[in-house]
Amino acid sequence: MSPRATTRLEPAKTKPELIRNFCIIAHIDHGKSTLADRMLQLTGVVEAREMRAQYLDRMDIERERGITIKSQAVRMPWQVDGQTYALNMIDTPGHVDFTYEVSRSLAACEGAILLVDAAQGIEAQTLANLYLAMENDLTIIPVLNKIDLPAAQPEKYAEEISELIGCDPDSILKVSGKTGFGVEELLDHVVRTLPAPTGDPTAPARAMIFDSVYDSYRGVITYVRMVDGHLASREKIQMMSTKAVHELLEIGVSSPEPEPTKGLGVGEVGYLITGVKDVRQSKVGDTITLNAKPASEPLTGYSEPLPMVYSGVYPIDGSDYPNLREALDKLKLSDAALVYEPETSVALGFGFRCGFLGLLHLEIVTERLEREFGLDLIATAPSVVYEVTMDDGKEVTVTNPSEFPDGKVKKVLEPMVKANILSPKDYVGTIMELCQSRRGSMIDMQYLGEDRVQLRYNLPLAEIVFDFFDQLKSRTQGYASLDYEESGLAEGDLVKVDILLQGEQVDAFSAIVHKDNAYAYGVKLTTKLRELIPRQQFEVPIQAAVGARIIARESIRAMRKDVLAKCYGGDISRKRKLLEKQKEGKKRMKMVGRVEVPQEAFIAALSTDGEKKDKKSK
Amino acid sequence: MAQLPLGDKAPTDGLLPATVALAQDNSFHAYVHIPFCAVRCGYCDFNTYTATELRGVSQREFYTHLIAEIEFSQRVLADSGFTPQPLSSVFFGGGTPSQLPAAQLGEILAALTSAFRIVPGAEVTTEANPNDMTPEFLAELKSAGFTRVSFGMQSAVPSVLRVLDRGHNPEALPDVVSWAKAAGLQTSVDLIYGAPTETIDDWQTSIDAALALQTDHISAYSLIVEPGTKMARQIASGELPEPNEDEQATKYEMADAAFAAAGLDWYELSNWSRSVQTRSEHNLSYWQGKNWWGYGPGAHSHVGGVRWWNQKHPASYVAPLSRGESPALGRETLTRETQLEERVLLEIRTREGLSVEVLEQLGVRNPKAIAGLIADGLIDAKAAIGGVIKLTLNGRLLADTVVRQLLV
Repeated sequence: MSPRATTRLEPAKTKPELIRNFCIIAHIDHGKSTLADRMLQLTGVVEAREMRAQYLDRMDIERERGITIKSQAVRMPWQVDGQTYALNMIDTPGHVDFTYEVSRSLAACEGAILLVDAAQGIEAQTLANLYLAMENDLTIIPVLNKIDLPAAQPEKYAEEISELIGCDPDSILKVSGKTGFGVEELLDHVVRTLPAPTGDPTAPARAMIFDSVYDSYRGVITYVRMVDGHLASREKIQMMSTKAVHELLEIGVSSPEPEPTKGLGVGEVGYLITGVKDVRQSKVGDTITLNAKPASEPLTGYSEPLPMVYSGVYPIDGSDYPNLREALDKLKLSDAALVYEPETSVALGFGFRCGFLGLLHLEIVTERLEREFGLDLIATAPSVVYEVTMDDGKEVTVTNPSEFPDGKVKKVLEPMVKANILSPKDYVGTIMELCQSRRGSMIDMQYLGEDRVQLRYNLPLAEIVFDFFDQLKSRTQGYASLDYEESGLAEGDLVKVDILLQGEQVDAFSAIVHKDNAYAYGVKLTTKLRELIPRQQFEVPIQAAVGARIIARESIRAMRKDVLAKCYGGDISRKRKLLEKQKEGKKRMKMVGRVEVPQEAFIAALSTDGEKKDKKSK
Repeated sequence: MAQLPLGDKAPTDGLLPATVALAQDNSFHAYVHIPFCAVRCGYCDFNTYTATELRGVSQREFYTHLIAEIEFSQRVLADSGFTPQPLSSVFFGGGTPSQLPAAQLGEILAALTSAFRIVPGAEVTTEANPNDMTPEFLAELKSAGFTRVSFGMQSAVPSVLRVLDRGHNPEALPDVVSWAKAAGLQTSVDLIYGAPTETIDDWQTSIDAALALQTDHISAYSLIVEPGTKMARQIASGELPEPNEDEQATKYEMADAAFAAAGLDWYELSNWSRSVQTRSEHNLSYWQGKNWWGYGPGAHSHVGGVRWWNQKHPASYVAPLSRGESPALGRETLTRETQLEERVLLEIRTREGLSVEVLEQLGVRNPKAIAGLIADGLIDAKAAIGGVIKLTLNGRLLADTVVRQLLV
């Protein structure tokens, strides 16, 4: 057991041999943040009295949901055999939506702790990140966490891990982030087994941006890993992708609160502040060099994040539109992956079509907009991007179902994903059924240990963005886990289903679905709307149509009576007040043609059946 | 009325703003509220009490307080510079006015006559419970100056009357009506349709029974379940079924067809009359925005764009009157715009309809909305082309929808 380091190594002067950069790969609830908390305490960078649970998760949403959205780095001193080392722990986002950010975080490390819940075993998301870590040639330290739990089965899951990465099951460390058991050994192990960073201290400076965070007081805080050379305060730096030049107003390390330093040297991890206000000026994956002596080649790995899922976001109160725009503009400063452009919906008024990395990203953004900016929002059903080729050869990219072109369509390409599902073997049948019903085709199936199975499927992304995850969870009592990665485009037999109210198309309800599911979608929506829309003074037909063909039909019978019979003893005031109230109510109605539709009906019809918000909180 | 509206606090002197004088050429009417009933009906949320002694106010002496308010009103109108026209109609409602002796009703009428005079031949109505009627009572009314009686018939079906908590025997009505006719009074009956458990056949029975009485006038009101009533509780607890609005619409159509076939035409949404002469002048005065003073607890008044309402409880009503102060609790002074809006929602209920000019003055004349209402069959196309909004049968059932379409 090692004593806590009494002195810390001075940043910018620390030899690379004394630096260890690592990250922790874990499934959402496998205890990564708790383990990180223990490390912060043991190394003394956070005093016990300042300690709070999940110290590194800064956003309310992160702490509440127990997930990490943005990564961060912490420098911790640790002494082994009388020598003090500097450990940089780089926190990685745990969710598949943020794969790109994960891969950049991994690129900043030499090693990764593979943290697995000893009561649950490895999960699909962990597999994906483990794969990425091994692709990045990281040294893996497998660790079983939560061994204090009565339900822990460390032997069983050690076996599973060893089959996966080919290590000796007995060599797998067993810890408890909660009690602190084994954490010191783990830190020792990090020092002893992870390779030290290497780089050329005399070469032109090259630092990789692995995270970029907006802070309302300080502007953008850029987290970097120095690869070659040296950066110092007040130097002029250059972003290699844009050639933009900024002055380094501050440079430092997080420990875990920011501590300014003179500079950063080879292998070190720290932060930079240049005064820029928009994270897009400091893009994750970009290479920073010195303006005076620029490097000739950027580090590899930079790519623009591409939105995978689109949704129309509208203020419930139309007068909030300018506030929504302002909120999105502000949010964009801290979220480089968020894209949006104004959109008008007949039914919902003015709003924005927003692009997201995935469903969680969508939820987080809408939740932040509501929480941090006090907006009441309605989001249309998420949709993916389709490439439509017309008979006349014209090509159209569709991010909003209502833009799906009319006329003869030659083919429609839709984005596909490779889905990786881990589950106890008892649920294989029901999972296969689900995947098949969602137009999936199986790639392979293999056993992990005795009773757990890994199923891999090709699935259309559109099928996943709807309610796949909820279905998977409910059909497997919550045991199955899902991960997916993009796998290009595939042709699909897809049609657009429109919903018409009294012959008027309601753009917000249009959906692109597989031909075989069009009828089911049509019936579902028309039935739902019949229940949600109040009766009008005329009959309102609700139709679902593919092109000109009506595939489902419902109707709302005309309202027959709407009159107050009597004014009691001449109490006209009461009647007038009732009318004034009704007039107010009418203002909140959305008009589709002549049909008055309450806003609530739209919200209820657009929300998917299950309670979506809970699903990733645990 | 369960709840009085919210308004400004009424001044204790009851004085009206000078602007009301502008409306003094408008006809003047009186409503008298008798807040007593033998039994409170389960559906009723009118301002009425079954006790004969209410916090020191006795039913027997109650007419004296009404007379006090009549004298007060005469003084206040004069002090406000408002010279009312002679009364064009007087209406005694409740409660149950026939809880008071005919002589007391006559005293009150006499007080009104001496305060304001009555237009010769003006309509003077009292509501009456058929149970309270005798030939003598009706003859006394006639000689006191009453011209018209409106009987609370409600239904001819005993099971429906039980649901409504009405104690009277429906078989008594033919006699009662014939006594009234013999006394030389015009007659009307009130019906209520859509009570819980009332079937379509029940309603047909009531329609037929009402028509067999050969009255000059029939009012038919759909039952409204008012919050706070015994019936509302019975429905909430599942003891009674909830009235079905669609079925109420059907019942309205049945009534309108049967009344018309028997020679009674609608002149206001809930009122049918055998001739123009037998229409209730008083009822129309509400819809035509005339001036009227409402006497009694909880009564509403309207004079020249000012509306006010009295204290609800008889004791709270009597107290200020005995000090020579106004019994009014709240009032509101209508702006030009609200006055016009009221005209829309009131005049549209009448057979004569609403002049499009009113919409024009409000700045909401919307040809597209009017065309839509014609297309939906809610208003009469020919009348609309002629500049008047007149409700069709469907339009009468959806009058509030029509008003919203016109105003928003």
